[in-house]
Amino acid sequence: MEKSLKRNDNTDQLERMKFSFFPGCSLKASGHENTLSLLKFCDKVNVDLIELEDWNCCGSSSAHSIDHMVSQNLPMRNISLAPKGIPLMIACPSCLIRMKSMYLKIKKDKNLQKEYEALWQKPFDDELEIIHFFEIFDRISLKDYIYDPKGKLKNIKVAPYYGCMLSMPPELRLEKNYYGVMEKTLSKLGADMISYGYGARCCGTYLSAAKPKLAEKVVNEIVSKAMEAGAECLVTSCAMCHLNLEIRCTLKNPIPVLHFSELLSMALGVQDQKKWFPRHIVDPVPLLQKRGLLT
Amino acid sequence: MIDLDDSHKSLLDEITASSGIDFSSCLHCKTCANGCPFLEGMDYPPNGVIRLIQFGMEEEALKSSTIWVCVGCNTCSSSCPMAIDIPAIMDILRHKAIEKGVKIAEPDILNFHTEVLNTVKKYGRTHKLEIMMRYKLKTMDLLSDMGMGLKMLKKRKLDLTPSKIQDKKAIGKIFKKK
Repeated sequence: MEKSLKRNDNTDQLERMKFSFFPGCSLKASGHENTLSLLKFCDKVNVDLIELEDWNCCGSSSAHSIDHMVSQNLPMRNISLAPKGIPLMIACPSCLIRMKSMYLKIKKDKNLQKEYEALWQKPFDDELEIIHFFEIFDRISLKDYIYDPKGKLKNIKVAPYYGCMLSMPPELRLEKNYYGVMEKTLSKLGADMISYGYGARCCGTYLSAAKPKLAEKVVNEIVSKAMEAGAECLVTSCAMCHLNLEIRCTLKNPIPVLHFSELLSMALGVQDQKKWFPRHIVDPVPLLQKRGLLT
Repeated sequence: MIDLDDSHKSLLDEITASSGIDFSSCLHCKTCANGCPFLEGMDYPPNGVIRLIQFGMEEEALKSSTIWVCVGCNTCSSSCPMAIDIPAIMDILRHKAIEKGVKIAEPDILNFHTEVLNTVKKYGRTHKLEIMMRYKLKTMDLLSDMGMGLKMLKKRKLDLTPSKIQDKKAIGKIFKKK
């Protein structure tokens, strides 16, 4: 205990880390509360995020669906904007897959490298590290920043929801995966993690717009299974999943859906909830008050 | 491994050449179909589409709803025992379907993708409100989901003005046809 107290008092002396940061369209707009809480959390754990200057859409599902060339050029330009020598951090799992697969493709293919260099007038940086936000936990220890971590999210029953984040295309199978990151992190903070079998079921992404009934069925299944297993809230790793789980759920009295970054920030004592929670469709405030996490 | 006689090989060869995916190795174990969250919206299970191509039934494959309903969540490819990149096959089949001008089984989904790329072409980033409004106009379905749209606006989930990139020339480069 003394050790953790001492560490806790000295967080200012821990070295600050620096990442360039690609928010992507969902975090920038509909999931703005995800960005706000993520920035707060990173600041608290001594991580400086510098937004990638003039970044563009990664291409999302639509580019690779209907236009192969555009689906390559969009992530390529983003890669060309990344400053040398610092890792590029991405918080959206789908943007990560687009950018990382394109990066590895260019790295392997000399012709593509030439194309890249001709198009963006920059040498290809074959040492660029592209990481997901979750990889921050490989580089920091929450214990350095929290006194009594076990008490922070005590008594709240959380169902982790990853969506397609855990399913990687074959070319990324040997890359970093993110199984269990939310369970490990949140249980260290005292949360009661619920296992319910639907945490890696896809949220439906754009079918939410183009085939709402199909998305509704999948979303209701995910949320109801979490509720049956005793969860009081869901926690998501992706801003798009968060939106779909909220807008396509037609169950009576569904449980609230929190962004992972919101729970993390709260555990670190951030008091910015007034900027996040009014943007939620299912208000998480009553639950958090009941569990003593908000006053 | 399934060997076909030459008369049936065209699309299969084309896809193998452009993607490097050897999907003649599909065992039809149906792991992809059993795990797919959107199977009920598809006319063929994912391995069924592979079967069509293996049998040289190109038109059926390109006209299937499966290739559009698949969102590429990778649930299938990450559990496929032969590590076949099924979503990549769906991508290629969609491109082929557009290129060959066959009847698109799910025009709404294609319309949606087109509207997403239209906003990216204009702003360098997506703009959800514009995508949804133009999509609704195109599909002549203005009223359904209106309540949801209003709720999202109220919760400030839909920005009224788009977020744009500064370097307009870069967008030209990204969308320039070779």
